Amino acid sequence: MTDSSRPPQRWTNIGLPTLGTVLIIGLWWGITRILGVEPFYLPAPPDVVDAFSRQPTYLFEQAGITFLETTIGFGIATVGAILLAVLLAASRTVERMTFPAIAGINAVPKVALAPLLMVWVGLNPQAKVLMAIMLCFFPILVATMTGLSSTPADLGEMARSLSASWWQTFIRVRLPWALPQIFIGLKVATSLSIIGAIIGELQHPELGLGSVISSSGLSADTPMAFAALTLLAVMGAALFYSMVALERVLVPWARAISS
Amino acid sequence: MIKIAGLNRTFKGKSGPVEALRNLNLDIANGEFLAVIGRSGCGKSTLLRLIAGLIPPTDGEVLVAGERVSRPRRDVAMVFQRPALLPWRTVLDNVLLPVEIFGMKRAQHRDHAMRLLEMTGLDGFAKQLPHELSGGMQQRVSLCRALIQRPKVMLMDEPFSALDALTREELAVELQRIHIELGTTVVFVTHSIQEAVLLADRVAVLSARPGRLNKLVDVDIPRPRSFGHNAHMEQVAAISAELHQLLLGNEYLP
Repeated sequence: MTDSSRPPQRWTNIGLPTLGTVLIIGLWWGITRILGVEPFYLPAPPDVVDAFSRQPTYLFEQAGITFLETTIGFGIATVGAILLAVLLAASRTVERMTFPAIAGINAVPKVALAPLLMVWVGLNPQAKVLMAIMLCFFPILVATMTGLSSTPADLGEMARSLSASWWQTFIRVRLPWALPQIFIGLKVATSLSIIGAIIGELQHPELGLGSVISSSGLSADTPMAFAALTLLAVMGAALFYSMVALERVLVPWARAISS
Repeated sequence: MIKIAGLNRTFKGKSGPVEALRNLNLDIANGEFLAVIGRSGCGKSTLLRLIAGLIPPTDGEVLVAGERVSRPRRDVAMVFQRPALLPWRTVLDNVLLPVEIFGMKRAQHRDHAMRLLEMTGLDGFAKQLPHELSGGMQQRVSLCRALIQRPKVMLMDEPFSALDALTREELAVELQRIHIELGTTVVFVTHSIQEAVLLADRVAVLSARPGRLNKLVDVDIPRPRSFGHNAHMEQVAAISAELHQLLLGNEYLP
């Protein structure tokens, strides 16, 4: 339902987030100024811009590499986790048998596995993609399972009264109903997939923004590290909001019924 | 149309078995409108689910059109207390859901769906999503979804109880019109004596714990009936009073 008393859409969708970001950067700048913090400890925004403009092409190239690892990892994890969730939703027996193991595996600190990954798949980009997958797989899996088991009783009974088959009920009722939950998992997973790729890159610095951060630490170039971190933040926000946009396209009804 | 013989249903409760229905016998004629009333926990909804084939009887049997019910039938449609619409489907697509699930061609039933929407005053809302409609309109959509099956029997579980009083009366009058027009056999569970007297040919009064058939009350008032002032005020008052007495009489209180 449209409500004329609401502020214009463009202001709430673009204006407010921009204003918030500017205020936060301003606060960061103010603190470094007032406290007179050395750029070595905490660079001010101009220092970061300065570091970035020293070698923008190089930074963008490294960002591109990290972005690729992140999105491939995120994509594989999304497909894999949703398929596994469907499988577990189809059979209570399989779910009961495997879920403790899945929960246990998720509790293993992935960082500790990084050296092992190098042994398993070698020093190539696959190790970073794998790390990204490992970090974001579980939240998507749990969110999808939660969504698939949250079908309201009245919709379930309605489907049964029509003698709908398991598959019909799944496709027409359970899966669409789970979509809002799945998107919660996907939004959480966007940032985790970036963190995963960076863990991989820090483990074996070679290419990507993680390597930039690692090498600028060695050369005491904190502003450069911050330039890389800023690019990661932008990437994270972009991935997150791409999921928000996709959700609005695919699940427009969810916002309407949850007020 | 429906024959209920020696029907028993017991549920497993936390503190032992709970008898929801005991030895129920009932014959419902073709085209009859039977209202089922009773206090909470008297097994009204259980009875409906047994007729629908959603749950099996512990003992006894239910026959619909001469066949024993063991699972949901396509010619038996249900309307629930809540509309149970799919929020991502338009009104028209919600009405056509049974058609899809039965594996029939949507195109062949589209006109029928549109006629039903028109009959229930929803023409012009076919492309809307459920949340854009009021509660009363949503329940009309769920009524259309039941009618698209061209059911021989319609089972209604307190379909108007979640609505405000005026909408409830409006929909009850509309249901009467649809029943007169289509002649479908209806089993209508309700808490409302008013609704029962407006709509039913007979009212089955159930008593609670365990649910038993207390009395079958005939409502011999010519149709169409209406709420409020009409030529049969005395009869309506007498039947309502009898139903009140049956529901609230001391001997049936725990």
